[in-house]
Amino acid sequence: MTKPLCGSEIASELKKEFAESIVENGDDYILVDSRTLTGIAAYLKDTTGFDFNCLNYIIAVDYNDYFELVYSLVSLKHNHSLTLKVRLTNKEAASLPSLSGLWRSADFQEREIYDLFGIRFESHPNLKRILLWDGFEGHPLRKDFCHDA
Amino acid sequence: MTLKTEPFIINLGPLHPSTHGVFRMRATLDGEVVVDLEPVFGYLHRGIEKLAEGRTYKQNIPFTDRLDYVASMSNNLPYVLAVEKLAGIQVPERAEYLRVIMAELQRIVSHLIAVGTFVNDLGAFFTPFMYMYREREKIIDLFEMVCGQRLLYNYMRFGGISHDVPEEFFPALKKFLKEMPGYLDEYDQLLAQNEILLARTKGVGILTRESAINSSVSGPTLRACGVEWDIRKANPYCVYDRFEFDIPTGSNSDCYDRYRIRMAEMRQSLRIIEQAVEQIPKGEVLNRTPLHLMPPAGEAYAAIESPKGELGFYLVSDGSDKPYRFHVRPPSLINLTVLREMVIGYKIADVMITLGSIDICLGEVDR
Repeated sequence: MTKPLCGSEIASELKKEFAESIVENGDDYILVDSRTLTGIAAYLKDTTGFDFNCLNYIIAVDYNDYFELVYSLVSLKHNHSLTLKVRLTNKEAASLPSLSGLWRSADFQEREIYDLFGIRFESHPNLKRILLWDGFEGHPLRKDFCHDA
Repeated sequence: MTLKTEPFIINLGPLHPSTHGVFRMRATLDGEVVVDLEPVFGYLHRGIEKLAEGRTYKQNIPFTDRLDYVASMSNNLPYVLAVEKLAGIQVPERAEYLRVIMAELQRIVSHLIAVGTFVNDLGAFFTPFMYMYREREKIIDLFEMVCGQRLLYNYMRFGGISHDVPEEFFPALKKFLKEMPGYLDEYDQLLAQNEILLARTKGVGILTRESAINSSVSGPTLRACGVEWDIRKANPYCVYDRFEFDIPTGSNSDCYDRYRIRMAEMRQSLRIIEQAVEQIPKGEVLNRTPLHLMPPAGEAYAAIESPKGELGFYLVSDGSDKPYRFHVRPPSLINLTVLREMVIGYKIADVMITLGSIDICLGEVDR
């Protein structure tokens, strides 16, 4: 079985390196500060013992007050997984660093989130709409998006 | 005198017989050699994730059929697994076995189509394809017997499956299991050592192991790179831990390996179905759930090894009868991340073969 790593254990280990950036942790996730996301992700990818060589999926959720992004990291070597979460409260100018430099799988998924949620990913190599056309107005998966259906 | 040359941009698609849907590739060519390629998506975008937020959990089951429409049994399964995880619903054992049987039959169907269209793209115009469709038809008949549908099955339910299989199903399935290995041998005879197939696919569309893992590639495309990773083994769901089967892996990570792995996986699927038919217990197939199911607030992710790779559903519930967020992790879209690097440096004619060897379904890419 893929072993989900315990969020609180990993969080206490990460606090040695990134004291300020762990906002909250539960049993199955770690909520981190969006400004330090790249650093933590790179640490988890390259540290022996974690070896998260695969960013399995990225998901955005609009919780009205904030956006939440869920990053699922998997290590094919150790068969374990970890969920990182990030919250963005400034919804009008939501942006966070792109992870496509670390894991290429982030490329299309971040473009999809940009397209459907309007969240910008800094330093993404090709940030443009992926499913909708360029002239489309608004971002449909936001809860305040109006559609006639 | 020097000849003036310049790169040439060509659009492959959106309507092209080898894209198997509406998909466009913007290729930059230097003579016949590909120097850059950009996939363009969205022609089949129906907004399923948004639409699903306005419908009840049960009403969304038919939506999942329409993602990867050539393998809709395998699309039902992760969605019902995710809802069951969210709401804590138990599934009767017989239903678990039937789910496995249907998912493996569906894998054979999907691989038959994948291989059939793949050799079609190579220029073996429709002859092998029709052979594959002959056997696909037999499985489709089995599905029709089970749920009355031939393409979009809508068969799985939260807490089991919609209804038990009819009496004539198991004799027909056993007949199919007996016949199918012979047909697979026939395909191998026709294709495995076919000179044209070897010449066009060996050493074409090479993907490195590191790149595949880094790009979250899954399914046969990942296993062709020699990575022994299959969710049925790595993180078993349903009752997959009770069956013996192997994970076929490749060594050259080229188009030929991806073809070969699909052929080998079909034999493994038959092995799983045989064991499931032997072990399947009698009993109920559905634990009834309320029509307006209201899972407690929370989130859940469930994934299966679909024919194309890791197909997962991420659901967020706010306690109401509709999902607050409905997200699909589409293997076809994520596998396309590596298309560009797989075709650069090869000839334009190899682009279609490489695309065919990844085996995408546009219903799932665009959602």
